[in-house]
Amino acid sequence: MDNPLTEGLERLPVHPTTLTIFGGTGDLAKRKLLPALYNLAHEGALPERFNLVGASRSDLPDEEYRALAADAIREFSRREPDEDVLTALLERVRYVSGTFDDASVFERLGTVLDEFDAEAGQPLNRAFYLSTAPEFFPIIVEQLGQAGLNCHVAASEVRCIIEKPFGTTLEEAQDLNQRVLAVFEESQVFRIDHYLGKETVQNMMAFRFANGLFEPVWNRNYIDHVQITAAEDIGIGSRAGYYDNAGALRDLVQNHMLQLLCHVAMEPPVDFSADQVRDEKVKVLHAIRVPEPDEIDRMAVRAQYAAGTSGGEDASGYLEEEGVPEDSNTETYAALRLEVQNWRWAGVPFYLRTGKRLARKVTEIAVTLKPVPHLAFKQEGSVGVKPNQLILTLQPNEGVSLSLGAKIPGTRMSIRPVNMEFLYGTAFLSQSPEAYERLIMDAMRGDATLFTRNDEVEAQWRICDPIVQKWEATPGPLPQYAAGTEGPSPAEELTLGADQWRAI
Amino acid sequence: MEGDLTASDAVWSERDTSPGAIEAALRELLRAQHAENASFVPARVLNLVVVVDAQWSGEIANRLAKVGRFHPSRTIVCAVEPGRTTLDAVASLTGDIEAGEIPKPGDVALIRELVVVRCGERHLAHLDTVVDPLVVTDLVTVLWAPHGHREAVDSLLHLAQVVLVDSVDEPDVKEALGRARELSDEAYVVDLAWLRSTPWRERIAATFDPTRLRPDLQTISRIGIRHHPDSEAAALLLVGWMAARLDWQPSRLVPRNGTMVGQAHARRQDVALSLEPAPELSTRGLASVEFETAGGRWFKLDRGPGGLKAHYRHTRGTEREWTVLGASRGEAGILGEGIRQALLRDPTYKPALEKALTLTR
Repeated sequence: MDNPLTEGLERLPVHPTTLTIFGGTGDLAKRKLLPALYNLAHEGALPERFNLVGASRSDLPDEEYRALAADAIREFSRREPDEDVLTALLERVRYVSGTFDDASVFERLGTVLDEFDAEAGQPLNRAFYLSTAPEFFPIIVEQLGQAGLNCHVAASEVRCIIEKPFGTTLEEAQDLNQRVLAVFEESQVFRIDHYLGKETVQNMMAFRFANGLFEPVWNRNYIDHVQITAAEDIGIGSRAGYYDNAGALRDLVQNHMLQLLCHVAMEPPVDFSADQVRDEKVKVLHAIRVPEPDEIDRMAVRAQYAAGTSGGEDASGYLEEEGVPEDSNTETYAALRLEVQNWRWAGVPFYLRTGKRLARKVTEIAVTLKPVPHLAFKQEGSVGVKPNQLILTLQPNEGVSLSLGAKIPGTRMSIRPVNMEFLYGTAFLSQSPEAYERLIMDAMRGDATLFTRNDEVEAQWRICDPIVQKWEATPGPLPQYAAGTEGPSPAEELTLGADQWRAI
Repeated sequence: MEGDLTASDAVWSERDTSPGAIEAALRELLRAQHAENASFVPARVLNLVVVVDAQWSGEIANRLAKVGRFHPSRTIVCAVEPGRTTLDAVASLTGDIEAGEIPKPGDVALIRELVVVRCGERHLAHLDTVVDPLVVTDLVTVLWAPHGHREAVDSLLHLAQVVLVDSVDEPDVKEALGRARELSDEAYVVDLAWLRSTPWRERIAATFDPTRLRPDLQTISRIGIRHHPDSEAAALLLVGWMAARLDWQPSRLVPRNGTMVGQAHARRQDVALSLEPAPELSTRGLASVEFETAGGRWFKLDRGPGGLKAHYRHTRGTEREWTVLGASRGEAGILGEGIRQALLRDPTYKPALEKALTLTR
């Protein structure tokens, strides 16, 4: 029978759960996961019974791990912690130490999980969050399998949440999928792309599929091109170790930016269930033509930031950043031109660009419509009639802006572009929850809509892998762009015809 | 009341004024603010129309000041002064930035608008003609009259899509629920008494959510609720919710030794009901809820530090206790939640209200 008490509730019940964070003392756990769990606890959103296990290499007693968690929550939570709630949450925290290739760690983990079950008098759901360095993902998954922790009694679920990056090449992603799916069913696996947890990314689906205004023009007949930009004004900071192995393409394009492209280009799903939404995204990814090696130079540009001025201050170049090898060929800027070859989008270029140390921080999708076929009036004195542009800004000022041509007041028919703007912050009372809060809850609830499926992640890699291979095989030095600018000039050559990159 | 909400950045005032003049002044304030700094943009979420006794307006201002990010975008306060014959008004804009701070180019600073209109009793029957020009068209308009003012409410109802009430404010609970019922025929009612029971409803739903426990919903044989002495309405609404969701037919509660007792007829058995005041509870709302099933299971939720304390006793006699994590929202949080709920719709309130009324008849 259904539970008649859930109707009308904003927060639906989630089965009692014990969450294990592998990498429980790591940076992600401290900055994001533990504060997210606290905020969920504060709002009463966690399952009625909730336990947390930290697992990591550091040898800590439970008490020290609780102190570490409390410090992290106090430092990084988006709200001042309520000490009563924090204390009550920490009472439910345990810690298991050891290296992830050590089977005894998983035996001890199993004992802790069983103890939580015994205390609750019922089998609790188990969620394993892999927030370690990616090389440990297959090791942890296989150890979970060997310890029999990949399944539990019939009435409870076991779920495995895997952080990004999911592989660094197509081959690695396929290998990781194979090893993960040898232990867990696909329905148990939740691959994180935290962009999908962002309210504004989810809003794109509402924007497209809840409004009759846009969908009729959302095709090759009316849209000239699409630009997706994820620009940062900061450098790599202290992340040289990670970033120099990844680069801009792996860090942002292969996952987040292709997801944004999917949201722009996908067909309306039959419903918003996980597989229906992901089926439509995978169709888009399959429709993107995989580049041949000899055409990569014409459709992809990479570069590194050089010394320049950012925010009025001198900024050092990538190769001078601490921890970066002086002969590094890692790109801090990547731009691509992709084609989605289906009836809706054939012939519409999709331009993607991302970079560090650019002129400003902005993540946006700009959809440029085709120009009007005929202007019935002369444009004397006009600033110019430009094709309409629809800008979906994800950050920093989340909103939608539509550029229109309007008459300049006066006796002449002079036109200039004006913007019709909608800012999410002006129209809603609620603060958007942190992406991780939403994603952790969805994973515990078993809703995979905002997670990447195995075929989806491989389809993403299929597009980026040839570019990765080509770039890795091509010796440097890379083209440079001065810090604090719009990016490298070769990126201009990617645009077709009269298309131009929008100013960042 | 003006000046009490937050430090105001732009202010206009006029004695013996008119709604047209107030509206024109608001437009000019917004234009001037935008011209001065384009980063200032008006919030456009909802209109909140508040009708208050002028002498108690400071208390209401304090409550509104604490709702934080759930602040309405345009607040129109009608402060009623006995004997007043003319309208005086103050309109002000407030930015959501720290005092003295100026937003940088590219930043967005939200402006909220506050209009305080001092009016007399003679204005109340036609208060809609004062307020109508002042609400932002196409935004949801929420009406809140914490000090009664029925005549004003009746006049303003056709402008409002949502009416905010607090059934625990009325001394007579039957009258309070009856008034909420009456208003709910005209507009969507957000009842703060109902919102006080939200965490409890969520937890009760969660308690019975595991598949193996759902059949127990059909065998509930007793519900006992302890509540703040002023919050009987919240307790009645909680029982009303259970009755509506589980299709019980409740009958009138009667007083017995300071407790209201009665029963509801369920399909399989009768459910014993008791609502007992908890004088030790310092904040409004519920102190505890307990259930028993015909099979001998017992559940109890108690308000406690860091969340609700859950107790469970199995038919075999084994007992368990745990804390269901969650922070208390406090009274300011409840009002903020009320404003937020004005943009949502809860289809379960009205049926719960109907059943709660049956318990008082």
